[in-house]
Amino acid sequence: MSAITPSMTQSIGKNPAAKADERIRRISPWRALLNRPEFGSIAGTVLIFILFGVFAGDSGMFNLDGVMNWSTVAAYLGIIAVGACVLMIAGEFDLSIGSMIGFAGMMMAVPSMFLGWPMWASMLFAFAGCMALGWLNGYLVVRTKLPSFIVTLAFMFILRGLTLVLSTHFSNSTIVSGVGDKLSADPVVHTLFQGTTLHGLFGWLGNIGLIEKLPNGEPVVGGLPKVLLWWLGVAVVAGFILSRTRFGNWIFMVGGDSNAAQNVGVPVRRVKISLFVFTAFCACLFGVLQVADVGSAAADRGLQKEFEAIIAAVIGGALLTGGYGSVLGACFGALIFGVVQIGISYTNFDSDWYRVFLGGMLLLAVLFNHYIRSRATTGK
Amino acid sequence: MTTETKDDYILQLENISKYFGTVISLQDVTLRLRRGEVHCLLGDNGAGKSTLIKTLAGVHKPNKGRYLVEGEEVNFTSPREALDKGIATVYQDLALVPLMSVARNFFAGREPMKKLFGVIPVMDINHAASVAEEKLGEMGIHVRSPHQPVGTMSGGERQCLAIARAIHFGAKVLILDEPTAALGVKQSCNVLKLIHKARERGISVIFITHNVHHAYPIGDSFTLLNRGQSMGTFAKESISKEEVLDMMAGGTEIQSLFNELEGRAAA
Repeated sequence: MSAITPSMTQSIGKNPAAKADERIRRISPWRALLNRPEFGSIAGTVLIFILFGVFAGDSGMFNLDGVMNWSTVAAYLGIIAVGACVLMIAGEFDLSIGSMIGFAGMMMAVPSMFLGWPMWASMLFAFAGCMALGWLNGYLVVRTKLPSFIVTLAFMFILRGLTLVLSTHFSNSTIVSGVGDKLSADPVVHTLFQGTTLHGLFGWLGNIGLIEKLPNGEPVVGGLPKVLLWWLGVAVVAGFILSRTRFGNWIFMVGGDSNAAQNVGVPVRRVKISLFVFTAFCACLFGVLQVADVGSAAADRGLQKEFEAIIAAVIGGALLTGGYGSVLGACFGALIFGVVQIGISYTNFDSDWYRVFLGGMLLLAVLFNHYIRSRATTGK
Repeated sequence: MTTETKDDYILQLENISKYFGTVISLQDVTLRLRRGEVHCLLGDNGAGKSTLIKTLAGVHKPNKGRYLVEGEEVNFTSPREALDKGIATVYQDLALVPLMSVARNFFAGREPMKKLFGVIPVMDINHAASVAEEKLGEMGIHVRSPHQPVGTMSGGERQCLAIARAIHFGAKVLILDEPTAALGVKQSCNVLKLIHKARERGISVIFITHNVHHAYPIGDSFTLLNRGQSMGTFAKESISKEEVLDMMAGGTEIQSLFNELEGRAAA
């Protein structure tokens, strides 16, 4: 032990920066790619496309209308997957996402259909209400320090129950219908959430022969579903905040080690609560878009969506314990969902196999991500 | 000791006592840190080292006694206030996130910002990476890449990263809580080098340890704690390593053990 003294004084005199560290090893670009959190989901997406290309390549699944079909499903899920993903990176769960979707739809439908509110007002009410509930979720979690699993599980039941209560109280049924017509009449809500957009572009593409035309001269696909743009918007904003901003750095810190984050002065509680609010916003967006698309609100909307969102985030490389994950990965996770859910009906497989397939996919993704991450963090 | 002027000291605890319910954790402890010295705080488990540093760091408020920073009495209500005065504490858990990169950890909570397109405030990752690499290099720590996760670094490198971070953000007083406790010989040596470098830069260091072999070579003065009481502060010239060890371990007991073991080896 006393040998420390001479060796210490020897090396202190030298300029350590002058010497290159012989332990620095070059990492191949391939390995750098493997270490990205979203690698698993991108690889999975490629695999899925090859699989469906082989089994359903000539079925019309990859025609433009087929693409719109599964990308719309992916977009809906993608919106909540992004919310679930950033919340998971911060180390928390929200199991009330699915119930929030149903509740958001009801908050939009009931005031406008039964209380005489204009559509835009009930739409704002739905967003405000959902985000307030998200705040409550977050507040209870950070305040009580209970696992978010249990707090949001309670809200999963409370909100699902409230949705049913509201629906039966006002309409004597589990569904509030007729919202679609009133919604189309409201320019604000219609423009923001209903139907498709970019009709000019699609018409032009039809005219130059890039999109097939129906007998009446309209292109097969008249426009881009707005839900896809919302997905893109939410993903770009969340991805940007996560990877580039100070708040994004805080999200990773809070999820990686909330005690360490606290010690370096990160407002841990505020970060967590605001992410619960963001997740609730995403769920509400899903609910509102769905009401606009289907034209009704129903008590069973969004059932089990919380699990699908979490699965998509996990397939996308998010770590259940927090501190690791990527928005891009979650989006690819959602894409895998959409392709499988819709694509399976294009193949000869019985669509009952859908859940078996997804469960298998989840397991595979978790094992793969676990393997990659343990390699990444131990530097092997 | 009492005849010296107080202005020599950057940090002083005068007759501090701290109680937790019926437990007397610190009793009448005096600790004075000279500007630019490495002051080793030695004591066995349960001696009150942790309570003492938490008092210094502003986590605990002492029940009795005075706490002075640069001659002025202070009453810290939170660790943040101590940090603002330049008193940085590196705890054993280091406040590092293993899954995050070296650069992001280095600037955790104090992210360097720039404006994207002149409007959107974003983290300046490249600046963070180059500064982190440079500052770590100055301290003699070489990382493969500032973007590698902290989880890939050894315990000694992590300790050095945490210390380098504290120094970079303007620590005048560095309180190190058992920085060599979980480290091997070579890694401990690196941490000791770093402490020496901090001293060369004029930073005052309180080095908490129970390992005399680490403390003695680097320390300028030594304060020994035993069961919540100070056994006094000694300058390096006035005390030998063996005497320090003796006082820490309660003297005769460990000496008889050494004699017994030596006897065995000789036989």
